[in-house]
Amino acid sequence: MAEGFVSRLKASLTKTRQRFLSQLEDIVVFHKKISPEFYDELEEILIASDVGYKTTSLLLDKLKERVKEEKTDETNEVKEYLREIIEEILSIPSPDIIHEGIPMALLVVGVNGVGKTTSIAKLAEYYRSKDKSCLLVAGDTFRAAAIEQLSVWSKRLGVDLIHHQEGADPGAVAFDGITAANARQVDVVMFDTAGRLHTKVNLMSELKKVHRVITQNLGERKLVNILVLDATTGQNALSQARTFDEAIGIDGIILTKLDGTAKGGIVLAIAVEFGFPILWLGVGENSEDLRLFDPGEFVKALFD
Amino acid sequence: MAFSNLSEKLQETFRRLRGKGKLGEKDVDEALRQVKLALLEADVNFRVVRSFVNRVKERAIGHEVLNSLTPGQMVIKIVHEELTKLMGEKAEKLVISDRTPTVYLFAGLQGAGKTTTVGKLGVFLRKQGRRPLLAAADVYRPAAAKQLQILGEQNDLPVYVGDGKNPVLIASEAIEQARQLQRDVVLIDTAGRLHINEELMGELQKIKKAADPAEILLVVDAMTGQDAVTVAQSFNEKLGITGLILTKLDSDTRGGAALSIREVTGCPIKFIGTGEKMDGIEVFHPERLASRILGMGDVLTLIEKAEAAVEAEQAKDLMKKIQKDQFTLEDFLQQMRQVQKMGPLDQVFSMLPGIKPKQLKGMAIDERSLKHIEAIIQSMTPQERQTPQIINASRRKRIARGAGRPVQEVNRLLNQFEQSRKMMKQLTNLGKGKGGFPKLPFM
Repeated sequence: MAEGFVSRLKASLTKTRQRFLSQLEDIVVFHKKISPEFYDELEEILIASDVGYKTTSLLLDKLKERVKEEKTDETNEVKEYLREIIEEILSIPSPDIIHEGIPMALLVVGVNGVGKTTSIAKLAEYYRSKDKSCLLVAGDTFRAAAIEQLSVWSKRLGVDLIHHQEGADPGAVAFDGITAANARQVDVVMFDTAGRLHTKVNLMSELKKVHRVITQNLGERKLVNILVLDATTGQNALSQARTFDEAIGIDGIILTKLDGTAKGGIVLAIAVEFGFPILWLGVGENSEDLRLFDPGEFVKALFD
Repeated sequence: MAFSNLSEKLQETFRRLRGKGKLGEKDVDEALRQVKLALLEADVNFRVVRSFVNRVKERAIGHEVLNSLTPGQMVIKIVHEELTKLMGEKAEKLVISDRTPTVYLFAGLQGAGKTTTVGKLGVFLRKQGRRPLLAAADVYRPAAAKQLQILGEQNDLPVYVGDGKNPVLIASEAIEQARQLQRDVVLIDTAGRLHINEELMGELQKIKKAADPAEILLVVDAMTGQDAVTVAQSFNEKLGITGLILTKLDSDTRGGAALSIREVTGCPIKFIGTGEKMDGIEVFHPERLASRILGMGDVLTLIEKAEAAVEAEQAKDLMKKIQKDQFTLEDFLQQMRQVQKMGPLDQVFSMLPGIKPKQLKGMAIDERSLKHIEAIIQSMTPQERQTPQIINASRRKRIARGAGRPVQEVNRLLNQFEQSRKMMKQLTNLGKGKGGFPKLPFM
């Protein structure tokens, strides 16, 4: 990945870095020797980054084990260990983003307001830059003006859009979308869906139907189910991941809004609990601000 | 349901406490460790958790608890009081300015739910006899103005869109238009923005200057994690927030953001948003939410919802009928619809005391069975609805066919109806003269 991206990601993670790092350095300098108080403060830093209590405990256990193995009591060694542990956790094999010669379908799901439609626009931009033909499908027939939002993007990007009117059956839209994609032999077809709280059983059943319709008419295509998560979300993201996975099976995650002060530590918790790979990171509102996730790079941006 | 996991955990902890005759410092510590973990997992800011736990501990370990006859209950009381304190003591109303129109400015991160909230609050204010105008000052997100326009059309509220380019201009023109249209409230929707985006925060400051709002309401997603505090603080510093609206509380988020934000910013939470429908907004009642966390139920909200949904006249009629034993399937159906008006059943039930969040799982299926009941009753003739006694085997078969449900379901419904009629009669006889809302047959 281009060096430019590392610096861009670093810049967007600066706030995260500053807090996390300066706090980490603070306690490293303050304590020098590893002690229960040092671990307590480390625990607090991790929890404040939305890593969650359970995952924090796990990280600390691993860290303590490592410290024991290395027979060290220097706190400044800890930084490096922690970095390695986090990178290891985040290194999950992810499905291919591009299959040469095999057309794809991306089903993009998530709760309300995480940035599904914007992410789809960015994905379309990415695939177009790789000379792939794209088709957008406006599956959010519920929220007022959602179709217009995607249609503005489709015009801006010069990508075709399949849509019905507001209130239409999303299953029918999905059917038209997948049929059109196959007929037009489009490389990548992207399905937008309405934001739905994972706790609404009816809406989740609706999503299952959309998924079924796409699966049954997939043909040669490879389907990737993508869950969009907002980096500012706290522990509830776990619940979201679980429910969406139960409904349609999740292949990967797009983590959006990493350009704020949110630390996105929830990523770690999700990696530990579900083992979902993170596919993309959204680090800004420009279309080039959606970037492929690379654990090494991500941790590098976090620590260096 | 919001806070359900937190309330489950606290209930579990305190069940252990309740079993004890007396509490030592150790017991309190153990209980408070559970409280701390639950709060952290609920995304309450860790600093807030620390000071909260310390406060409770200070009060709990003193004589107050140890000398009390029921120490477990005392701890619950203290936690409850401190929780309430943490979220603000009382429900706070929206400020109305001296000159019309009163302007409310909405701000928040992307995807917090500002536009939906503006629509909801517009509908809410109109119900209170105000005349709101909505202003679409989100000129960045594609079709954001269109979204507000549609919400306006659907709910019969005027929307000012302007040139769709200059948010500051749109805001001041909207106020001008409100004067012309004799609208007394202007709700200004703005684009979602990051609190660290200087340029866009500057734009908000300009809108504030131009519109001179009576309230600046920060819209916050209840699912937000530890960062909620940073966001709220930063908007507050740059803009001077007067209140908060917490959205998406109908998810299973534990909503810890609600607990921290008030503590850290000093701004009251004024409304909570539940659901995507336009009536999904409620005045925020700190003490009720604290009760809900502790599993004491939220009877007050339930009663208010019931009052709004049931017209007083109808309720009186119903009472009479029940007392005279004239309660029919017609009334049953009507009553059922009224309960549905109160909101999704799982939400209604979660407000009842003594119902554990766990029992609510799978409630959504019941929502569908209500539809079936409706279908069955509607497949009956008026005469059958009035006098269910005449429904014999062949009528049952016909009704089942008409409703598309098995005969067993028709039988079950008729049995249930008979039982609840008896039960209601007993209940109303007990509470005669007191009036009040009758117990609902299928609850």
